[in-house]
Amino acid sequence: MTDDARADFGCFPRMVHGGISRRRLLGASAAVGASGLFLPAAARAASKPPAHPTGHMTIGFSQEPTVFNPLMPHIEVDQGVHWNLFSPLWLANEKGELVPQLAAEVPTIANGGISKDGLSWRVKLRPDVKWHDGQPFSAKDVKFSFDLLNNPKFRAWSRGGYELMRNIKVESPTEITWTMAKPYAPMISILCWTFMVPEHILGKAADPNTSSFNQAPVGTGAFMWKQRVPGDHITLEANPHYFGTGPYLQEIVFKYIPDLTVMFTQFQTGAIDYIGLQGITADHYAQAKKLKYRTVVVGPAPFVESIMMNLSKPQFADQAVREALYYGMDNKTIVEQIYYGLPKLTSSYLPTQSWAYNPHVAPHVYDPAKAKSILDAAGWKPGSGGIREKNGVRLSFQNSTTAGNHVREQAQQLLQQNWQDIGVDMKIKNMPPAVIWGDYFNMSHYDTVMVGEDFMTGPDPDVSQFFLSAAIPAKGGAGQNTMEYSNAEVDKLLQEGASTFDHATRQKDYWKAAEIIRHDLPLLPIFQYATIEGTKKNLMGYEPSVYVSTNTWNVNTWYWAT
Amino acid sequence: MTRFLLRRLAQSLVLLWLVSVIGFAVLHLAPGGPLAEFTLIPGMTTAQLKLIAHQMGLDRPLPVQYWEWFRRMLAGNWGRSYRDSQPVLYVIAAHLWPTLELMVSSTVIAILLGTWVGVLGAIRRYSVFDYLATVGAMIALSIPTFWFGLVVIYIFSVKLAWLPAGNLYTIGNGSFLDYAVHLISPSIVLALVTIAIWSRYLRASMLEVVNQDYIRTARAKGVPEQTILFRHTIRNALLPMITIAGLQLPTLLSGALVTETVFTWPGMGRLFLDSIGYRDYPVVMGILMFSAVLVLLGNLAADLLYAAADPRIRLD
Repeated sequence: MTDDARADFGCFPRMVHGGISRRRLLGASAAVGASGLFLPAAARAASKPPAHPTGHMTIGFSQEPTVFNPLMPHIEVDQGVHWNLFSPLWLANEKGELVPQLAAEVPTIANGGISKDGLSWRVKLRPDVKWHDGQPFSAKDVKFSFDLLNNPKFRAWSRGGYELMRNIKVESPTEITWTMAKPYAPMISILCWTFMVPEHILGKAADPNTSSFNQAPVGTGAFMWKQRVPGDHITLEANPHYFGTGPYLQEIVFKYIPDLTVMFTQFQTGAIDYIGLQGITADHYAQAKKLKYRTVVVGPAPFVESIMMNLSKPQFADQAVREALYYGMDNKTIVEQIYYGLPKLTSSYLPTQSWAYNPHVAPHVYDPAKAKSILDAAGWKPGSGGIREKNGVRLSFQNSTTAGNHVREQAQQLLQQNWQDIGVDMKIKNMPPAVIWGDYFNMSHYDTVMVGEDFMTGPDPDVSQFFLSAAIPAKGGAGQNTMEYSNAEVDKLLQEGASTFDHATRQKDYWKAAEIIRHDLPLLPIFQYATIEGTKKNLMGYEPSVYVSTNTWNVNTWYWAT
Repeated sequence: MTRFLLRRLAQSLVLLWLVSVIGFAVLHLAPGGPLAEFTLIPGMTTAQLKLIAHQMGLDRPLPVQYWEWFRRMLAGNWGRSYRDSQPVLYVIAAHLWPTLELMVSSTVIAILLGTWVGVLGAIRRYSVFDYLATVGAMIALSIPTFWFGLVVIYIFSVKLAWLPAGNLYTIGNGSFLDYAVHLISPSIVLALVTIAIWSRYLRASMLEVVNQDYIRTARAKGVPEQTILFRHTIRNALLPMITIAGLQLPTLLSGALVTETVFTWPGMGRLFLDSIGYRDYPVVMGILMFSAVLVLLGNLAADLLYAAADPRIRLD
C-alpha cells in the first residue's frame, strides 16, 4: 500500500505527527530502563524461523478465554485466542499500517475499492484460503459473517458500523460489495477486528448462539483448535494450510493463571514462555529485569487511566470544579511512586501513537494553589469541616474502581489526600467488577470512577461512543458516554470526522475536539498504560501494539531461535 | 432403619428446596450481573445489552426465572454456563476431578500424619513431642495458606527447581509420574492445616478415652499396653472422628480456593470464585446444589457409620 493510498481513506499514516512513534517510545524506555529491557524481535539477534512448524509455546493469561465464536460478546482475552484461530479481512500491524489478510488488497478510494462518496465498497478476496476443515473460503462466508452480526436473533458482540451496511452482495467467490447508509470512515478499522466465520458450518446451525461451533471453532487462522480443559488451558496446533506467513510453532497453549503473582512465578520458573494480557505487575518489574534468559518489554497500550466524572451530578456541573480538580491532582507522583514510572503521563484520551493524537493539547500541571484560587473565584467557599460548598452543594463525592486492585487503591488514596488539600472530600467505595461495570457505570449511577479505558473504535481514533451527546445510555443513547458529556461543537466535529475519508479533515476535527474536551474536562486523564510483558529470550517475533487489545495478534510469526 | 432413612430423605428434600430458593434469591438480588463484563466492550450499546439480557432470559421477573430453573433442574437439565455455554454438569465434572485428586492425596497425608501426631501426643502427654506438636499445630493453623504456598514454590520450584511451580500436569506430558510430581507441593500445603486440626481432635478424644473406667479395668486385668492402645483406646477415640470426617466430605469436593489459586489448579474452588465474580448464575446454582447434596450425604454417611462402628448407637 502506498502512502498516498493510506492518506486517501483517512487512516493510519506511517508517521505520527510530532508525537513519538511506537519504536521511539520503546527506545526511550530502554534508555531509562537499563539492562533488562530489550527491543522486540526485529532488533534482536537475527535468526531464521524453521522450515516446518516446530516446538510449542505456553502463553500465560490472567483471565480465562471462554468465548470462541469471535462474533459473540467477548473480552480482550478471548480476542487473544481469536487472532490465532481466525482471520480478519485486513489488520493494522504494530506500525498502524493496514495489511491485507483474507482480502487481496485493502480497499481505498485511490484503488477504487471505496467510491468517492465513501458509500460503495468493493472488496477482493484471496482465492487460496481454506477453512481448517478443508472447505474453501469465499465471499459467501464474508456475507454470512456480516449478516450474522446484523441478525436480531444473534447475540452479536457489536453492531457498530455493520448496521450501516446495505445490499451486501456476493459478486463472485472472490469479490463482495456493499453500500453504506452513510459514509463512515472508522468502518475500515472496525473490519480490522472482525473475524470471518464459516457459512458452511454456522449457516446450518439451528441456533448460532448455541452451536457446537462455539466450543470447537473452525477458522482460517494460523492455528487450529485442538483441545480445551475448562479452567486450565486451551491448546491450538499449527494449520499446515495457512495462507499467510508461518506458523512456525507446532503447538501453542493458552494457560489460565488467575493470580498475577503466581503468573509471574511461573514466568520465573519457565512454566510459561510468554506472559501476556495484564503481564508483569509494576512492582515485579525490577525483579523481572534481572531474570536470566528472559526478555522483558515495556510496550505502549491503548488504554488511558483517568477519573471519569458523572456530569449530571451537581458537584461536577461547573467546569471550574473539574479544572480545579485536575490542577489538584498530583499525577506525576501517581506514575512515579505507585506505577514505578513506567506508564506515560498524559492529558489526552488518545494514545500518543494514534495519528489523531493532538500533541499541542495543554499538558497536565499539578498546582494546588491555582486549584484553590479557581474554586475561590467560582464561589466555592470552605464550609463545615473545611469542605467547599456553593448554593448548598458540597464538593464531596464518591470514587469507585474495581475492588481488589491494590495499585489503583493506592492511587485513590493519594488523590483523596490531594483533593482534601484543596477542600474537596472524596470517599472511596470500590466494588467487584460484576457490580461496578453493570448498571452502576453504564446507567451513570456513579459520582466518579477510576478506570483504564481504550476510547478508540478498534484501531480508529473515533471516540464518538464516549463523547457524543447522542451516546449517553442513561438518556437512551447508544454508546458509552456514561459521563453524560454534551457539547454541540464536539458533536459536530466527531460526526464530521467519522463521515469523511479525508485524512487532513479528520485530523483537524479530532485535534479541535481534543482541545475542547481538554478544556471541558469531563474526564481527568492521568496516564497512558504501558504493558510490561516478557518472553523467554529465544522466543522471536513478539511485537506489542496499540492497535490490538491483546499482543497475541501475530503469533503466526513467532518461533524459537536455535 | 428404613424408617430412619425415609425420614432423613424427606427432610433432605425439603432442605435442598430451601437451599435452592434462598441461594437463587441471594444470588440474583446481589448487585451486579453477568452483563457487566460486556459493558466495556468497545461499541457495546444499551440497546444491544438489553437484547442480550432478553436472549439470556434475564429480563423476566425473578420468580419466573426461578421456576424455569427449578423445572429444568428437576428434569435433569442444570442449564448452561453463561461464560462458555457448556452444560453446567459438564463444567462441574471437568473441575471435580482435579479437586478430587488433590483432596484425596492431601487427606491421606493428613489422616496418616494427623493420627500419628494425635495418638503420640496423647500417650506421651506433656512430653517434648507433645509440646512441639501443640506449637506446630498452632503455627500451621495460623500461617496464611497463600503465603505458605508461595514460600513452598519459592524454595522448591524457583530456588531448588525440584518441583513444578503448580499446574495439574505438564501440558503434552501427562504421564502418571508427571501427575504425581505436580501433586506433591499442593497436597502438602493443603494437608498442613488438616493435619493440625485432625491431630488436635484426636489427641483430645484419646485423652478422654484414656481416663475411662474400661481402660483402667483392662489395665488392672493386666492387658498389655499395646493391646490396650490399639484394641481399646484408638478404636474408641476414633468414633467422634467419624463425624468430623463426615463433615469434611463437602469441603473435600468443593475445593480449596486458596491452594488452587496459588498452584493454578483448575478445581472446584476456583470455578466457584470465577463463577461468582462473573455472576454465572447457572454454574453458581449448580455448585450450590451440588455442595448441599454433599453436606447432607456426608452427614448421613457419618450417622450410618457411627451406628455401624458403635454398637451403643441405634438409629431407630
